[in-house]
Parts: sequence; C-alpha cells; structure tokens
Amino acid sequence: MNGTNLSSYTPAQTWLLVILRMLIGWHLLYEGVVKLWNPGWSAGGYLMDSQGLFANLFYKMAANPSVLQVIDFMNIWGLILVGLGLLLGIFTRLACVGGILLLLLYFLSHPALIGVKYAMPTEGSYLFVNKNLIEMAALAVLLVFPTGKMAGLDGLLFRKTEDG
Amino acid sequence: MSQNKMNRRDAIKGLAAVPVLGAFLLGADAKSDHDEDIKQEILDELNVEPATPNPTGSMKGDVLRVGVIGYGGRGEHLIRAIGFASPTWMNDMKENAAKDPKDTRLRDYLEQENLNVQLTAVCDTFDVRGELGVAAGTKDGFKPKQYRDYRKMLEDPNIDAVVIATPDHAHAPQVIAAIQAGKHVYVEKCMTHKVKETFDLYDAVKKSGLVFQLGHQHRQTASFLTARELVKKKVMGHINLVQTNTNRNDDNGAWQWEIHENGNPQTIDWDLFLGNAPKIPFNAEHYFRWRKWWAYGTGLSGDLLTHDYDRINCLLEMGIPASCNASGGIYTHRDGRDVPDVFQVVMEYPEFTSGATQEAGKEKGMTFIYSSTLGNQYDRGSLVMGHDATLELGEQLIIHADPQSTRYKDMIEKGIVSLEVPMYAYDPRAKGVDAVTGATAKYFANKGLMYTYRDGKRVDSTFLHLREWLSAIRNGHKVSCGLEEGFQEAMSAHMASISFRTGKRVEWDAVNRKLKNVSDSELAGIGML
Repeated sequence: MNGTNLSSYTPAQTWLLVILRMLIGWHLLYEGVVKLWNPGWSAGGYLMDSQGLFANLFYKMAANPSVLQVIDFMNIWGLILVGLGLLLGIFTRLACVGGILLLLLYFLSHPALIGVKYAMPTEGSYLFVNKNLIEMAALAVLLVFPTGKMAGLDGLLFRKTEDG
Repeated sequence: MSQNKMNRRDAIKGLAAVPVLGAFLLGADAKSDHDEDIKQEILDELNVEPATPNPTGSMKGDVLRVGVIGYGGRGEHLIRAIGFASPTWMNDMKENAAKDPKDTRLRDYLEQENLNVQLTAVCDTFDVRGELGVAAGTKDGFKPKQYRDYRKMLEDPNIDAVVIATPDHAHAPQVIAAIQAGKHVYVEKCMTHKVKETFDLYDAVKKSGLVFQLGHQHRQTASFLTARELVKKKVMGHINLVQTNTNRNDDNGAWQWEIHENGNPQTIDWDLFLGNAPKIPFNAEHYFRWRKWWAYGTGLSGDLLTHDYDRINCLLEMGIPASCNASGGIYTHRDGRDVPDVFQVVMEYPEFTSGATQEAGKEKGMTFIYSSTLGNQYDRGSLVMGHDATLELGEQLIIHADPQSTRYKDMIEKGIVSLEVPMYAYDPRAKGVDAVTGATAKYFANKGLMYTYRDGKRVDSTFLHLREWLSAIRNGHKVSCGLEEGFQEAMSAHMASISFRTGKRVEWDAVNRKLKNVSDSELAGIGML
C-alpha cells in the first residue's frame, strides 16, 4: 500500500498512530452528534462569520435557505461518518480524505489571518496555523501511514480481497 | 500459526476499536443527558414559550388606497415597506447587492408579501421629494397625485388611509385633520410635539373609531414579544431598575442630515413647513435638519428615548411615570442647535410591580433610566434588572441569574443554574428557545431594530408593523402600538423634555390624567403648551 510496509511499524508507532486516529475520530464524531442532537443548530451563524479570501462564497451559502439546509445536513452526516470511519478504522482512507475536506472548509472560512477578528470566540491564540489546520495535517499523516487494517474493521473487510 | 489462530487475531484487531465506540456512545449519552436535564430543569422552571407574532389577517379584498404625508428618509422607508420602493433606492440596492453578497435588502424587498395597496397620493413640502414619492408609487400605469399641502390632499376621496412621516411639530395637526377627514392613520414617533395637542389628538382618534398606529416597529420584534412572556412568568422577579441608552457618534446620528442642493424657497413651501412653529425666514438648515431645534423636533426625548421607552412599555406596561427628571447639554455638536446631544432621563414608578418571589413588601417600585450621547457609540445594551435575574434585551434575549435570587436559590446551589454563563438565551434566528450552558451564544447578539425574524426568516419589522395596521383596517383587530400606547409614549417623552427645559422634576397625576406641577405659562414659555 503506497509502498508502506505495514509490518515495519514498531508497536509504539502502530499504537500511537491508532490512538491519533481514534482521537480525531472521537472529536469529529462528537462534533457531528452534538449538532444532530440539537434541532436548533445551523451552520448559518458560522458561515456568516467567515473572513478571508472565500468569505463571499460562504455568505452566499448561508444566505440561501435551501442551500443552507443541504450544508447543515452534509456537515452533520459528514462529521458523523468521518468520525465513525476513523474511530472504527473502517474505510479509513476515505474517512481521512473526507475529514481533510471538511476541515479545509472550516479553515478557509475562519483563517487565522493578521487583522481578522471573528464573532465566534476562540479558545487559543493563532497566527495562520490553527487547530483546524493541525487536525487536517494529522489526518494527512494518517492517510499515508494507514492503520485501518491493524486496529480497525478495514482489516476484516478488505483482508480477503487483498489476500485473494 | 494455524489458520484459525490467524483469523481470531485478525478479528480481535479488527474489532479493537469497537469498545472505544462503546465508550464514546456511553460518554456522549451521559453528557447529553446531563445537558438536557439541566436545560429541561431550567426550561420547566421558567416555563417560557417563544412568542407567536401578533395575530393579523388576510390582505384580500378591495385595494386599500394609501396617501403619504412627508416623503423624507423615513417616509420613503415606510412607503417602500408597503411595496413602493423608489427608483433611486432600487438602483442603489442593485449596485450594493452586486458588490456585497451579504447585502440581501433588494432580494428581501422583492420577496415581500403583496399588501394589496395602492399609493394614491404623495404630499411633501419639498417638490423634489414629492416627485420621488410619485415615481415610487407609479405602477402599472397608475400615477399618484402630488400635493404640497396636506389639507388639500386630505380632501381627496381616493384615500382610505394616510402614513404620516413629517417633522414632529406637524404630527398632531395632520393626524387630527386626517382623522376628521375619515382616514385611518399611521404616524411616526414621537406621536406629538406639545402637551395640549396630545390630549386633542387622543380625543379625536378615540371618538373616531378609525385605526391608529404609532410607528414603533420594534413591537413586531420576535425577541420583544418573547421578553413580554419572560416578564409575565416573573423570570426576573421583581423588576426594580431598567437601564436603556443610545450611543451614536456620527453626523447622521446627530441629525446633521444632507442639505439638498435643490432646496430653496421655490422648491420648498416654507410656510407650510413652519405650520405652528415660530415664523422665521427661510432657513435650509432648519428645514433639512429640523431635529436639531425644539421648534420642530422633540430632541433626544422624542427621537430616541421614545424607542427605548416604548420597548420597555411593551414589556412592562408601566405607562406614564409618576415623576421624571432630565438633564444634559450640548457638549459635542456646538453648531447652533438648541436640543441637547447628551441627555439623561430618570423616570420613577413607585407603584410598579412585576410580581414578587420574596417576602411581602419588596415587590413595589421601579426606576427607568435612559442615558444617551451623540458623542460616543459604545453599545451599553439594555438591562431589565430584577431580584432574581437580569435580562439583556436586544435582538437576542439573554438572562443571567442573580446570585442572591430567591427563586433560583436551590438551582444555583445544586449547580443547575450557573452564575458564570447565562441561564437562558433566546435567539429568534434559531428554531426555538434554548437554555444555554455555554457562553458562545452571547457573542452573536445582534444590534439594530431594522429586522426581525419569523420562523427563522429575516423580515423588515417596519413592514410587519405597517402590515398589522393595514390588516387592522381590513379585519378589525387591534394594533400593537395604538392610541393608549401612543399617548403614554408622547406624554412620557414630553415630561422628559419639560424637565430638561425647565429644570423641574415633572410630576404626572394619573387619576386626573394631567401634569401636576407645570403651569400652562411654563409650557407656553418653552413652546410646549
């Protein structure tokens, strides 16, 4: 797989990668579940708070109620499916790509630029690099160091086809 | 290694993450239960439902024929709200929407309900504005008639109802004349300019049976309607202090409006503008910036105190104060104006009660404070302060429990109500009421009374207010800011102006409905008889 020899991971490497995968999975899954359980939740406020190069695009999304509905739905279920994928190690590579895409959108909507302020409070201090970007990079690492087959359902699901 | 053993090891590896999912589900469920329990306990205790809009009816039937007296900035907005945007506005909005996708004013306007009205007459003492109003009202081959003199316009039988948006000193004479001509009236605040005419207007409208609405459109704002419910359910306990304010720091906010280049004695009927004001020679600044002089306007009292007074009167129904003190001065805009630009008003309501949660004897009396400056625009927010909680009143409603509350004592002790974050928030943009356990909601508090929300959709509150008036004419229901509310608004504002201008603490005799300690000659001395 991409030339990476799975069996060459040390146990520590394996488990730390698996833990990283599960932590991100847990986080994204919970972000999705919380939104699903809150009937009043909508991405509208967040989108209207966008700044930077793509802000106008995000405003347009928020301004159209039917587009916003689709965005809300896709965001909630995107987060849940990506979260489950990472947590359980199922369709792990797809989940990594999906997660990177979602995080990229959040990052582009709220970039940590100089002189840009958001209504949405942040819990830290950021310059260009924020937690969305870091989580995105961590998913990229997991994409090239896959662990789905070592501690995940991918191992069961894809064993036969690859063995065969 | 046997095949079996391999399979078993693979299965264990494959399922290694399943217990983590189990832990996740248990954790998420426990957290949700905890948050839901707290939220539910707070909501059960408060028992507040988000307000439903004032009931209005259908716009079907014959076309209602509307005339407008005063097609200035506000008149233009009112007439646009009933479906007649001016061509210049349409062009500006097209340009703005092309530049800024956040600017949806044009789209909102075009999506607005058709109110089934015709603009049949436009009256303005300035021809340029009158012509613009006619252009706005010209639709499907029909062109409204243009007048300079409202008395001529009121003779026109093709008018069922009039919208009045003239300078304050013209309101009462025009409302009374319109009512006498049998027209329904929508008039901008401040309802009147002087004391005696306030009673005259009241009597004329009362006798007529016609529909009268005062232009305080925030009565349509979803959050204010919900806030009424909060007061009714005694969420704040005994309310003893209300603090409201205005902060502006720009020329427009200080009434330094544009003096039109074509405004001159030929295009402006100066005598008609002056009306009952002292006769002086033509003065373009007085004409275009009339709010800067007591002769035509009502200062901060009538322009901006009335907004806050009426917002609170809508919640508390406290009426006219027993007494009122005001002070202030001209500290920023020393440009020849005679109305103050920093203005503080204190109104006393010794008998007011919003219900008690404590032992008897602590449930009476309230002070309403209005504080304003036209030299600073820091937003201080409006606060309704009670024994049990404080309500931050804006487009969003946010309630903070009071640490010494009687009602929430147990909930605070049990940790159900936190003193660190608001215990309750209502955002009309969201789909329902929410008790918040996080501070995030606070940051999205929106200012301005331009828009409100119906089912989460943004609507112009001025449109709703006018719609309610038109529907009342058609369907005979009540309006939300009618004659009683208007009388209370005007008299309370006048008490503040009189206090400022005489230096007196002005008292109101609620039984005999008159000012207690101000003589007619004192009122005449300040042009407010």
